This record gives sequence, C-alpha cells and structure tokens, in this order.
Amino acid sequence: MPHPETADFEQVTVSDVSRYYGRRRALSGVSLTCSAGQIIGLLGPNGAGKSTLLGLLATITEPSAGEVRYGDWTAREAGAALRARLGFLSHDLQLYPELSARENLEFFAGLYGLDHPTERALEALTNAGLRDRADDIVEGFSRGMRQRLALERVLLHSPRLVLFDEPFTGLDEASCGTLVARLRGLRAARRIVVLATHDLDVVDGVLDRAVILRRGRVHELGPGGTLRERYQIGLADGGVARRGAGRGAGPGVVVRP
Amino acid sequence: MSEFLRVAWLVVRKDLRVESRSREMLFTTLFFAVSCVLVFSFGFVRGGQAVEGAAAGILWITIAFSGTLALGRAFERERYHDALRGLLLAPVDRPAIYVGKLLGLLLLLAVVEAVVVVMVAFLFRAPLFQHSGLLLALLALGTVGFASVGTLFSAMLVRTKSRAVLLPVMLYPVTIPVLIMGVSGTAALIQPEPDLVMARLWISLLLFFDAVFLTLALWTFEPVMTE
Repeated sequence: MPHPETADFEQVTVSDVSRYYGRRRALSGVSLTCSAGQIIGLLGPNGAGKSTLLGLLATITEPSAGEVRYGDWTAREAGAALRARLGFLSHDLQLYPELSARENLEFFAGLYGLDHPTERALEALTNAGLRDRADDIVEGFSRGMRQRLALERVLLHSPRLVLFDEPFTGLDEASCGTLVARLRGLRAARRIVVLATHDLDVVDGVLDRAVILRRGRVHELGPGGTLRERYQIGLADGGVARRGAGRGAGPGVVVRP
Repeated sequence: MSEFLRVAWLVVRKDLRVESRSREMLFTTLFFAVSCVLVFSFGFVRGGQAVEGAAAGILWITIAFSGTLALGRAFERERYHDALRGLLLAPVDRPAIYVGKLLGLLLLLAVVEAVVVVMVAFLFRAPLFQHSGLLLALLALGTVGFASVGTLFSAMLVRTKSRAVLLPVMLYPVTIPVLIMGVSGTAALIQPEPDLVMARLWISLLLFFDAVFLTLALWTFEPVMTE
C-alpha cells in the first residue's frame, strides 16, 4: 500500500496488541478503540504498561503482536504522513533547555513543515501565556511554564491524536485547571485525547472513558461513583490492590486534597 | 531531496545554536585534543627532533580519541528531556535527522582538526602543508568515515545505560580501517620522499569506505531508532 499524502483519521483501533521486552511482557492482548471527540484515561499502577501503550500509539514502539490502526492505516503503511497527525507529551517535556521558548517552537514548527513558523510560534506562545518570555532560555523556566510550552509544542501542528503521559505531574492547582480547560478544548475540536495519569481527582469529570491497565491487560472501568471509587473497584477486581482497596488510594495513585 | 536537506539543516542549525550557548562539546573536545598532542610531543620529541613517522599516527589517534569524546555527547542533548522522541515523532525522513547530527559533528571536528594539524605540524616538524589538498582530502574523508559510523552507534546506544563503555568497544573495531588508511595516507605524504600515488590510493579506499558506511547508516538509522 503506498504512503498517503495525508493520513487523517477519526478512530484509533488497538487490536489484540502485545509487547514484550525480552522475556518480560509489558502488554498482553490489549484491545481498545478511541474515537474523535473523546478523552480517554489510561489508569493503573506503576509498571502496568501505560507508557508502553502510549509509545505504541505514538508509533515510537512497534507491537510484538497485534496491530494498531489509525483509521484505515497502520503506522508502517502511513509513515511520516501519520506522524504529522500525532502529538505526544511525555513526562519529560521534549524541549531543548539551552534554546529560548521561541526557538524551541520554531525548530519544531520547521520540522513539521508548517507555513510561517515564526507566526505559529508566537501564536503558541500567546496560548501558553509566555509571549513576554518568548526570548528567554527555557532552562530558566519553572516546571509549570515548561509544561505549558511543551503542551503548545505538541499542539503546534494540530494533531488528531494527542497523547499525554502524566501531564499533571509537578503542576500547581492553577496550571492543572488551565490544562484541564485545554483538554476540554481539544475534545470540542474533535481530537482524540489519550492520557495516562495517576491524578484521579484532577481528571474526574474530564474523561469520557477510563480504562485500567493491569498486568499488561486493559479493562474498562464500570459506571457510577467517583473516578477514584471506580479505580479502586477496578484494581480490587483484578486482585492487584489486595490491601488498601477501599481504605484510601491504590498503588501509585496521587491524592489531591 | 530538498525536504531531506531542509530537515538536516534545521537539525544542524539547532545543534550549532545550542553549542554556541553551552560550548560544552567544543571546549571539551578541543581541550582533550590539545592535551593529547602536547603529551605525545613530550614523549616523541627529543632535542627538537621528532621520532620518524610519529606525526601521522599522533594526528590520527588524536582525531580518533577526541572524535570518540564528541560522539559520546552527540545524542546527549536529545536524551535529556526526551527530545529524541520529539525528533523521531516529527513527520520527516528519519535519516535526515541522522545527516543533521552527522554534519554538526563534522563541523565540530573540523574546528578541532584545524587546531590539531597546526599543532602537530609545529611540534613534530611535520611537513603537513606540503600537499595540503591531499591532506585535506584524507582528513575530510577519514573524518566522514569515522563520524558516520560513530553517529549511528551513538544513536543506537542513546537509550543504553552503559553507552560510555559500549561506544568505543563497538566503534574502534569497525573504524580501524579508516584510521589505518588515514595514518598510511598521511605518512605517505609527509615522508622525506612523498609517495603521492600511495596517498591517492588511500584516499580512494577511504572514499569507498565512506560510501559503504554512509549508505549502511542511512539505511539502518530508521529501524535502529524504532524501539
């Protein structure tokens, strides 16, 4: 199949995907469908395979078995055209600290082949609330400022599928609120948002669906109750949270007062 | 092709900009190279007379050692803050990223070599500038061969914990032919009776090596960088 010129899609389908690192099984027979206009939460204890699944969706990692389809395409079929529709904000922010905020954005705008990279960078800086710090070196930015800049970097090219790995880590309440508002904006713009997080209280009410990864397998969380309660039940069902379920946070869960 | 070169240029420009602010790689590599030549000069120059044939070997071993030091740092900027993932996710030909990193490294090594050649010529009384065109060809082709293999290995090892140990272990066995060709070609140029035919033969062999290893590196970079 020839590579497409553009590879836009409305749905991502993960079908029976497994991923092994040597003899260690990170994901085992995972199936998941994500549609445009949805925010999907990937929950689970540390080491459950959330980052591996995000890596697979981002086409950085290849599945050992099964396939991921983006509309009609697989990553191998669509290649660079598909990558133009993906955005991935990992826990590490993928910025060059020695460059200024503007230079970082212009560099990535150039890589994505965007027209008028300078104007796009300034627009992104405005969205990040960093217009007045445009020419400051990123090394001097606070975690929150870097996070906002990194988010705008990821969204520079208007990706269809936006992936977040622990996006709330290190953010204060105000920055969390800004990020949540941005997530809602992405949903309204019919993007597909997949985020892995331990901050259950922050994303409660934001997610359209939540799935829990447990020992490399994925399970949909049931309806009813707060996200934390549903998460606890999901963990306890699998016998992961043998202790602690029902009397506080499960493993790796951040409690925000 | 123009898109490929545009991306490579973006990567080079970014690396130069970062280096111009930190000067980390340039200073480290240059300082090491200068120290290396100075130490050798104390060992191989007696009474103002250098040991015969030492200059060519010292020139290339300095290039190899300082080049290894630079290669070890080549992808560090991408490793910090996971910027490599950002690069690999961009909708570009991934070999263009390799070429950009390689060109940045070649520019750095060119600066280092300019200093090292002058130092070796002066301290070892080596007539390096007698056939400067041929010497330039030897240095350019030898550096491209060494750095093309090294940049690929450096990228391969970027996620490995023991990369500092593994890089030289992997690099030297593959690049030994480049160093032998470089030393032999340079020795042919600076011996009392320069053997230009032999020097040209070594240049041709270096050209062949470069073509093979650059092709292999461009071919393997994408699969190597996919986890």
